[in-house]
Amino acid sequence: MATSITPEREITDPRPLAIEARGLVKRFDTTLAVDGVDIAIPEGAIYGILGPNGAGKTTTLRMLLGIIDPDAGYRRVLGAENPQNVARRIGYLPEERGLYPAMKCFEAIAFMGALRGVPLDTGRKRGKELLEQHGLGHAIDKQIRQLSKGMAQTVQLLGTLVHEPKLVVFDEPFSGLDAINQGKLEVLIRGLADKGTTVIFSTHVIAHAERLCEGIAIIAGGKVPFTGRVDEARDRIPAQVRLETRNAEGPWRAALPADTRRVGDFWYFPLPESGVEPLLKALIEGDAGIQSLSIERAGLHDAFVAIAGEAAAADMITNAAGEPA
Amino acid sequence: MSQTAISEGGRLPMWRAAWVVARRDFSAILFSRSFIFFLLGPLFPVIVMGLAGGVGAQVQSEAAVADIGIAMEAKDVDAMLAARGALAEQMPGVVPPMVELERLRPGEAYDARAVLERAEGSLAAVVTGTLDAPVLTATEERAARWQGVVGLVAGNAQAGSVPAPASVETAIVGTSGAAETSGRLRTAQIGQVLLFLLIMLLASMVLSNLVEEKGNKIIEVLAAAIPMDALFMGKLFAMLGVSVVGIAVWGTCGAAILFAGGQSLSDYANPGVGWPMFFLLFPLYFAMGYLLLGSIFLAVGSLASTVREVQTLSMPATMFQILVFFFASLAVTDRGGLIEYGAMAFPLSSPFAMVARAAVEESLWPHLLALGWQGLWVFIFVKLGANLFRRRVMKSGPRQSRRRFGLGFPARAQAVAKEAG
Repeated sequence: MATSITPEREITDPRPLAIEARGLVKRFDTTLAVDGVDIAIPEGAIYGILGPNGAGKTTTLRMLLGIIDPDAGYRRVLGAENPQNVARRIGYLPEERGLYPAMKCFEAIAFMGALRGVPLDTGRKRGKELLEQHGLGHAIDKQIRQLSKGMAQTVQLLGTLVHEPKLVVFDEPFSGLDAINQGKLEVLIRGLADKGTTVIFSTHVIAHAERLCEGIAIIAGGKVPFTGRVDEARDRIPAQVRLETRNAEGPWRAALPADTRRVGDFWYFPLPESGVEPLLKALIEGDAGIQSLSIERAGLHDAFVAIAGEAAAADMITNAAGEPA
Repeated sequence: MSQTAISEGGRLPMWRAAWVVARRDFSAILFSRSFIFFLLGPLFPVIVMGLAGGVGAQVQSEAAVADIGIAMEAKDVDAMLAARGALAEQMPGVVPPMVELERLRPGEAYDARAVLERAEGSLAAVVTGTLDAPVLTATEERAARWQGVVGLVAGNAQAGSVPAPASVETAIVGTSGAAETSGRLRTAQIGQVLLFLLIMLLASMVLSNLVEEKGNKIIEVLAAAIPMDALFMGKLFAMLGVSVVGIAVWGTCGAAILFAGGQSLSDYANPGVGWPMFFLLFPLYFAMGYLLLGSIFLAVGSLASTVREVQTLSMPATMFQILVFFFASLAVTDRGGLIEYGAMAFPLSSPFAMVARAAVEESLWPHLLALGWQGLWVFIFVKLGANLFRRRVMKSGPRQSRRRFGLGFPARAQAVAKEAG
């Protein structure tokens, strides 16, 4: 049994950890890019790292991959303290996509496999198979420069998977993809997790994380104010009650909390800790004339705003503007 | 997880990773259009030099036409021209051309100075006076050069005949001490120039290749998968392989042209270490020189993110290398002196200095020493370049706009954010 460590508490999880990092720090000249990041990711999980650009997501991922070394802190990836010792079991799609423009698609995949130890012939064969499986059979012999941006991105993605890694790290994988290809990528990520592959991706589009992730880390200004399950993040914000009554005044008003807001015909207030039943009872006994009552659970976006702050959320929205969610 | 499993999943060993990179780069370059231009590359300087040489020679030969005009009494003019013709047959190329300028009446004066100052045609000097007292009017330099010849022609004209020269038998030898030394120096200089041109050409190519790779954004994929040292080695050796193909093609073409022209290596001065050893050492020094300079250029490439930045940053390196080349060239003229030893010891000039030494000196052991020394510096340069590259290229994520546009948020989220502080 492994212990997933979050800043505030420990959660027991039966799965071993694919990644465990504590207190990672990275400084570039005078800039503190990452300041004490703690992350614990169980094997087979889909895990999102959320934050605006410049928050430290890429630097954190690079430290976890061993591309750069942390100035301080501890990391353990697939059981190895040095990620380079497990490099062939990791797939990595960097944010800045790149392939050799003159290479044929299947050769590009084979080359990326060769970098991870797959013999070239095997890589070529797998490359063709992967292209066929993902609807790019017609592009097998095409050069990368002949493909659309989305297709080239898919080829690189397949190159990331050609060596059948146990851990896949995607840096902003949805960036630059249209809605259809984003949907396909979500399916692919779920498929990887179903096979037991651990998937980590960074994103500044919260909707992707909300749909896909079991766990998330929120990064802002190089710090991680939250790591844990998505529902735990949502639980940071109390559920909101939306109430519509026939009577505007009456004894029932005493049952509403002090921070209740009136918007149009509705009353909004946090769900009391005592739960909904005592509230209902007080409203009925106080002759509120309930027309409707609903309890709305907070979305991840709301949780992000609450945890990371408005400024970080503003950056996220600016960064994500124009991208399909 | 067992330790075996970890090691099996680790990065490719250095040599294997370098091989993957080198194989890709080698085949990509070899089968690209730019390789054709690379092969044709040396033709352009040869053509330019040939054309420039031809034009220069033509200009020089045109400029070299300088006649000596004869302005004497009619019989003296005839006698001078006849004597000049007879002497020119016996001493080709020694006696300058002479032309009739004026047949003077006895006692008639002639203003040679005025004729020359009009600066017309190819007239360079004027001979006046009589056969026993000729007067040569010319510029100081030409007067000094032709004074003896004009006297000889006038003397023979006065005698009325040119004495028959004694018959001299000739015995031809292939070379002489002076010719050998001069030939070896020429081989040394040609070797240095070839080495310099090749190295600069390839170092620029490897730099362009790296910048293209950075532009393609594939560098991070490579950096995540393999050690940076392997990436460096792979790139350097791929280009080295390309250059070997190029040298083989150029060498074969050059040899074919040489043999087609009925020449052989024996027509040229034998290098100090002999042709076979010279042909072995030249590629080795080329490899060392290329690896040293290529490392510097690759390190420069790591600092730059655009072609313009590369041009700006590589300019000092290129200029420095030109200085180093001149330093090594100077060493040829200071054999056994401080400059030669300095050029052999300084890593960047060492390959050039040693190629020159192979051309002029017989001893082999200094080459073993130099290759070891250069190999050590190649190792240091590659390590330093790779470290610099790793630090620079992986510094941070892509630049992004940090503007904020005060977009609205769901009221509830804003309220909660305020609560959260």
